[in-house]
Amino acid sequence: MSDRPAPTQAGSGQANAARRREMQVRPTGPILPPSNIQGNALMVVIAIMAFLACLTLGGVSMVRATASSWQSQISREVTIQIKPDEKLDMEKSLARARDIALTFVGTKEGRILDDEATARLLEPWLGAGLKLDELPVPRLVVITIDESNPPDFTAMRAMLQDEIPQASLDDHRTWVDRLVSMADTTVLIGMGVLGLVFTAMVLTVVFATRGALSGNRHIVEVLHFVGAEGRFVASEFQKHFLKISLKGSAAGGLAAASVFAGLSLWQRHAVATPESDQATALFGQFTIGFSGYMGVFATMIVIALITTLTARFTVMRTIAEIDSIRSDPARIDGLANG
Amino acid sequence: MIHFENVGLRYGMGPEILKDLTFTIPKGSFQFLTGPSGAGKTTLLRLMFLSLKPTRGLIRSFERDISRIPVTELPMLRRRIGIVFQDFRLLDHLTTYENVALPLRVRGKEEASYRKDVIELLKWVGLGERINVLPPVLSGGEKQRTAIARALIDRPEVLLADEPTGNVDPPMARRLLNLFLELNRLGTAVVIATHDLGLMDQVNARRMILTDGRLDLYE
Repeated sequence: MSDRPAPTQAGSGQANAARRREMQVRPTGPILPPSNIQGNALMVVIAIMAFLACLTLGGVSMVRATASSWQSQISREVTIQIKPDEKLDMEKSLARARDIALTFVGTKEGRILDDEATARLLEPWLGAGLKLDELPVPRLVVITIDESNPPDFTAMRAMLQDEIPQASLDDHRTWVDRLVSMADTTVLIGMGVLGLVFTAMVLTVVFATRGALSGNRHIVEVLHFVGAEGRFVASEFQKHFLKISLKGSAAGGLAAASVFAGLSLWQRHAVATPESDQATALFGQFTIGFSGYMGVFATMIVIALITTLTARFTVMRTIAEIDSIRSDPARIDGLANG
Repeated sequence: MIHFENVGLRYGMGPEILKDLTFTIPKGSFQFLTGPSGAGKTTLLRLMFLSLKPTRGLIRSFERDISRIPVTELPMLRRRIGIVFQDFRLLDHLTTYENVALPLRVRGKEEASYRKDVIELLKWVGLGERINVLPPVLSGGEKQRTAIARALIDRPEVLLADEPTGNVDPPMARRLLNLFLELNRLGTAVVIATHDLGLMDQVNARRMILTDGRLDLYE
């Protein structure tokens, strides 16, 4: 358009200055109108979903940490139990059992529970002032082991059986297995909850995107008539939803992180109070650690990505549908006749 | 440039509203498309814009058979055609400047590269003082000129205008017609759909008359 007529020249410097001011354009606005009520509602839904997802993730990480600490405490020791027998010299057998156990690589030290300690263990069931000589009570030897290099329990068990038939070795495997299974189940439940939260979120975003497309159908039409490709339209909606999802997931994630930080702080300041002890007994330590907070951050990013990708795919599919309906004269539902 | 051969179109299971249309829009030509209301002028414009598929017949656009073009390539062809609607189809949340710049924006161009051109075009259509105004405050004529500027900004090879003077007074209609003639002088083929006989009488141009779905050409 090089030969377009030149603009009329203003008569004075003042008029020129005024004109220059008018020629300044505002920073280009987004093609989709900025947030509306629907966008705010979606942001709140995403924030709630992110909060629940992060809470689940933090909870799972907390249970795993507690289970792992219990597991470590339990597997640090094994117990040799010797049942009383008329032919058996108990004290001698206890010392022998300890010596046998300590011959194995991976054991650290052995401690025979004396009468007093055994009586204390049985006190909840049999009461105070128990005389062990009067009852056929089994006696215990506690062996501390090297967790990183545990001894061969099968060989130890066999050797103890050979030397002292009344002895049995308890390596706490049953308890450890139960704890591992409990922790695994908790993780599985957590993953299930996360899966449900993500599914609900994806469906919410699909509905919201379809709603936004339907509410902005006139914009999609205009973009079509100015030669926009489906990809361009999708990227515009994607930008719109990325902003909403980033804000929503950040709010939800930060709220969840604050809950953990707040509870952890409360637990630290309320040590030895009945409330804190009760909570600790039920849930363990509320601290989720650096990796837990990183997990919360990662969840926020994943939620933002899922939302954005869902919006993109939904828009691409819906645009293809709109194009197909618009261009097909056999489908009279989407037409403007002339 | 655009060639129709025995093109027919029916909506759904209804009667054929365009029948056996055969014509060519030559490069750099100027023509009026006219006919009574409901004759199918807008439908024909949509067929030319590749926004609607014919029920039968052949359409060649820029030497390509449109039935063989993948859907993903159609936007590239549409970019060579500018279209102006009777109802303007401006985006109310964007300023006059942003509406006119929209075609360049969807082509991925940087704003700095087209700002001067858009402002110059807005001045050319007489909207130099209205660049930062939102469409709801523009008059009918201003909206029409904004829509025309938007259709022209990427220098299309063909301009399709649907009742471009339908919402303006006679002096403004004359001004808009001069705008189209000026554009045509610069090499763009122009098709103006109108039933304003007064407008058509002002220019000695080819007339395409749609009656009962059939097209008569008067050179």
